[in-house]
Amino acid sequence: MSIQESVVRAQTTLKEQPWRLFASQISVLVRNEVRRNLFTRRRIWVYLLALIPVIIILIHYFWDKNISPSQIEEDTFVLAGIVQLYYLRLGIFFACMGIFTWLFRGEMVERTLHYQFLVPVRKEVLVVGKFLAGAVISIVLFEAAVLVCFFLTYSRLGLAGKSYVFDGPGLSQLGGYVLVTALACLGFGAVFLALSLLFKNPIIPGAMLMGWEAVAPIFPSWAQRLSVTFYLKHLCPVKLPVDGPMAIFTIVAEPVAPFIAVFGLLCLTVAILVLSCFLIHRLEVTYTAE
Amino acid sequence: MTPDTRQIVFDNVSKFYGEVLGVNKVNFSLEPGITSLVGPNGSGKTTLMNLLTGLIKPSHGAIYVLGLTPQQPIHFFRQVGYCTQFDSFPPGTNGYDFIYWPLRLHGFGHDQAIKLTNEALERAGMAQVARRRVAGYSKGMRQRIRLAQAIAHHPSVLVLDEPLNGLDPMARSESIALFEAIAKQGMHVIISSHILEEVDRISDRVVLMSSGYVVAEGQIKEVRREVRDHPMQILVRCSNAAKLASAAFELDHVVEAKILNDGQSVLVRTRDAGQFYLLLNKIVSGGLVEVDAVAPADDDVNSIYQYLIGSDGGPA
Repeated sequence: MSIQESVVRAQTTLKEQPWRLFASQISVLVRNEVRRNLFTRRRIWVYLLALIPVIIILIHYFWDKNISPSQIEEDTFVLAGIVQLYYLRLGIFFACMGIFTWLFRGEMVERTLHYQFLVPVRKEVLVVGKFLAGAVISIVLFEAAVLVCFFLTYSRLGLAGKSYVFDGPGLSQLGGYVLVTALACLGFGAVFLALSLLFKNPIIPGAMLMGWEAVAPIFPSWAQRLSVTFYLKHLCPVKLPVDGPMAIFTIVAEPVAPFIAVFGLLCLTVAILVLSCFLIHRLEVTYTAE
Repeated sequence: MTPDTRQIVFDNVSKFYGEVLGVNKVNFSLEPGITSLVGPNGSGKTTLMNLLTGLIKPSHGAIYVLGLTPQQPIHFFRQVGYCTQFDSFPPGTNGYDFIYWPLRLHGFGHDQAIKLTNEALERAGMAQVARRRVAGYSKGMRQRIRLAQAIAHHPSVLVLDEPLNGLDPMARSESIALFEAIAKQGMHVIISSHILEEVDRISDRVVLMSSGYVVAEGQIKEVRREVRDHPMQILVRCSNAAKLASAAFELDHVVEAKILNDGQSVLVRTRDAGQFYLLLNKIVSGGLVEVDAVAPADDDVNSIYQYLIGSDGGPA
């Protein structure tokens, strides 16, 4: 078969797909999954992961009444540290591990996966629907947490804080945090979804992934591109000082333009999702009724 | 093989879990009507049903359901409904949502899904308790809500794994009536059970399974005939087992007369039990032997079943 014939055949196949049905199924899957998993007692630990910095900043908000002129710069670095070191490296990482690995493994543990496999839904649609549901849950929680952190940090500074946000770089920094938080949820989410389809117990590969994300900066540039953190660190609006423990996050082998970082991470996410679409076909319902 | 669009076809299907056999070399095709899969626990009934519905994949062979395979889920699962034996439900769900959401995944709009949900709940007798959480249901109610989900989209093939388990006599009889009504509409109904008696009355055909093998399959009458031709066993406890055994051997229809270890019992295998009882009467009235007890050793449904699956559990 020639390349031209293959292209025509692929185009015909794509045209024949019931895209409207796929879209409606994805919408139902997302709604159902979010309804089941966003507001539930099982997710309390995820809420805690998202809220720990909020609680700390809130305490700081009420207890520390000394506001000096250099406070804005100091608080901006503190907020950058919270987002870059806590949320991106720990909070979102572990929350995504819990949320996304549970999407399929949880159904196996609860012996309910067969309900997902006995409906007229392509398995690829199931993967995309579940991924988007996980993305909605994690993005809603962590974006809300980051927004509250940002609001508390600058609102305690009064007029100076207001001026920094609306007349200074504040709003663009907020946009950067919102972007990296969403991208982190998508990137880590895709990785953990694929790991859950590859391994029965994704905890060990999850720990290995954490190790990889930590040591990736010392590897050659092409290897760094296989790390989610590689793209995120180029998008963070405030560069942290490179001394002390923050140095782990701030080693930059090669500067990357923000557009390329966003595009690169989205490509990585899509590539991992495509892999998941292949992996889901291996999944069988092997649990028993006992 | 060209798949038939009316039949369910198992074409040399085997399933192994590592080195453990699930089912082996299964070959049969089913016409519309009620088919019962009968076999003891672990015989491979659920494996066969899971293969049929694509929950697991065959190690060898192919399965076609009305010419479709589970690799075409959009068409396949519009035709197939499966009421599994798994007694688990999505956490926090209620009976209504349990049926409504899968219907939305079928592509039905909100109004149509509501209509079909209510209809399925009515048919399964669950309308009154539909808004209660499934976690609070009794075993029989959980069984019926699963049945309601399986029939809600009006499938052409209904697969039911031990559907009468946990049902009270009233619900059992209602369910059987429902299966019969569905089959009368020209649909396939495949029911598994480990009790032949339970499904014998309603089945058009049976597939008897043991240790992963299909040991007998066909119209229920054929299987019954096979059973009828099988020698019947009668146990006689008497004062002189040797004399009774030698008298029994003189009859053409007696295949075997075995003196048991206690020395006072004879196990007779005969193709004509009536004639053997006549002989026994003559012997007793002639005073040759005193008979303490006579008991048919295998005239119940389970013994028929034992015969068909073989005493060692392997293929007969």
